Amino acid sequence: MRALPVGDGALLVEVASDEEAQALHAELLRRRAEGLLAVREIVPAARTVLLDGLADPARLAAELGASGIPDVPPRAGHVVDIPVRYDGPDLADVAAHWGVAEEEVARIHAGTAFRVAFCGFAPGFGYLTGLPPRYDVPRRATPRTAVPAGSVALAGAYTGVYPRSSPGGWQLIGTTDAVLWDHTRVPAALLSPGTRVRFVPLPPAGPAAADVPTIPAGRP
Amino acid sequence: MTDRALFVVRAGALTTVQDLGRPGHAHLGVPRSGALDGPAAALANRLVGNRPGAAVLETTLNGCAVRPRSTVTVAVAGAPCPVTVDGHAVAWGAPVRVPGGALLEVGAAVSGVRAYVGVCGGVAVEPVLGSRSTDLLSGLGPPPLTDGTVLPLGNPEGPHPRVDVAPQPAPPAELVLRVTPGPRDDWFTPQALRTFTARTYRVSSASNRIGLRTEGPALERARPGELPSEGMVLGAVQVPPDGRPVVFFADHPTTGGYPVIAVVRDRDLAAAAQAAPGTPVRFVEVRRR
Repeated sequence: MRALPVGDGALLVEVASDEEAQALHAELLRRRAEGLLAVREIVPAARTVLLDGLADPARLAAELGASGIPDVPPRAGHVVDIPVRYDGPDLADVAAHWGVAEEEVARIHAGTAFRVAFCGFAPGFGYLTGLPPRYDVPRRATPRTAVPAGSVALAGAYTGVYPRSSPGGWQLIGTTDAVLWDHTRVPAALLSPGTRVRFVPLPPAGPAAADVPTIPAGRP
Repeated sequence: MTDRALFVVRAGALTTVQDLGRPGHAHLGVPRSGALDGPAAALANRLVGNRPGAAVLETTLNGCAVRPRSTVTVAVAGAPCPVTVDGHAVAWGAPVRVPGGALLEVGAAVSGVRAYVGVCGGVAVEPVLGSRSTDLLSGLGPPPLTDGTVLPLGNPEGPHPRVDVAPQPAPPAELVLRVTPGPRDDWFTPQALRTFTARTYRVSSASNRIGLRTEGPALERARPGELPSEGMVLGAVQVPPDGRPVVFFADHPTTGGYPVIAVVRDRDLAAAAQAAPGTPVRFVEVRRR
């Protein structure tokens, strides 16, 4: 573990793995909930946790160096079920990357226990981990200018669900009607770091639902 | 509808509603947002008797024009600019009474970039996650003003102070940004680290509320590959693959994968928000407090 100072009031704690980042994040949330840590933001990411708005970052760095990362697994968050139709336009490409049939992509994906490692990119966009490394997929060679809201997508080691229509380069494998972000709802975000997620397969919809605007990929 | 409202006659290049923003939600991917020149927004509020958290208008380069439905007190701070009421010149940086139905025109910035229009009672659009700020990265908060927009106003909170003209710092002719190195300075060559603080950059016209982009010598990385996404702070100096430093402003993404070479002191960000395209920029390393 390395604690890197960021400006005058923040600390970036770097760890060796996704699991360590999750454990450290859970421990920092526990300390804050118990009044042991005064901080404005705790932002977990792939291999780091950022603490922003600290009065004395150097002191916390020393404390964390002494206490280390807890080896207890992070407390299990609640489980969110996301119903999915595995009808995405990149399902065939993903099946080819994985070396399986398209139906098998749905079976493997829906059979995986996911966890929100961190959020970013857009309000309510979670980076979900859980798939084994052999199922990593590259981003699309040419990003789409508009990925529809509710698209379930893969890139690298992550699964994500687009909270609203936006440009994006992830591989689209399905669609959901789940509302990922609604600022009039409490909480606004369906997913937050630590949330456990299951994708529940639905039968494919009619042909009209698969009408996704794309720009051609730069490959055959 | 209540007559406590502003009718937008001319929205200008980019005018948004801003307050202190919505910090505390970065872990959900929500940028902090809020006025880029915080001291100027605070002054505009103080001059009209508002609390510091009241929402103001933030204009960009060419001002805006609004018509209040009933008589209001306003104050314009930030970038110096001509201010008129029904064509008559009135004070900048001071409380001004605008009769109901009169036209308040905030002209083009003489220097600087962003003017702040405080209105007694504050702009009272519906808050999102506790803030009325327009966030241009994520689309939270009210959309940027367009001609014909009607903005509700809150009720005045108290008497405004008796001030003729409040002193304000002039927008910078040269922008000097004090930085503390890291967290990813080890991603750059020793030559790049010297270049960063020794050479002069210029403010790029591609700058916006997300970041101050610069033009100048490219900073070379010492290592190939990508950094896994990590949390970003206000004032972070991120270096994208083109090698030109970008200083993150309030609408910055909450996580990012380009290395942060240094972080700008919070107190220098107001001046950065007022640095017009073409302004020379120097990064000066200071000791961490």
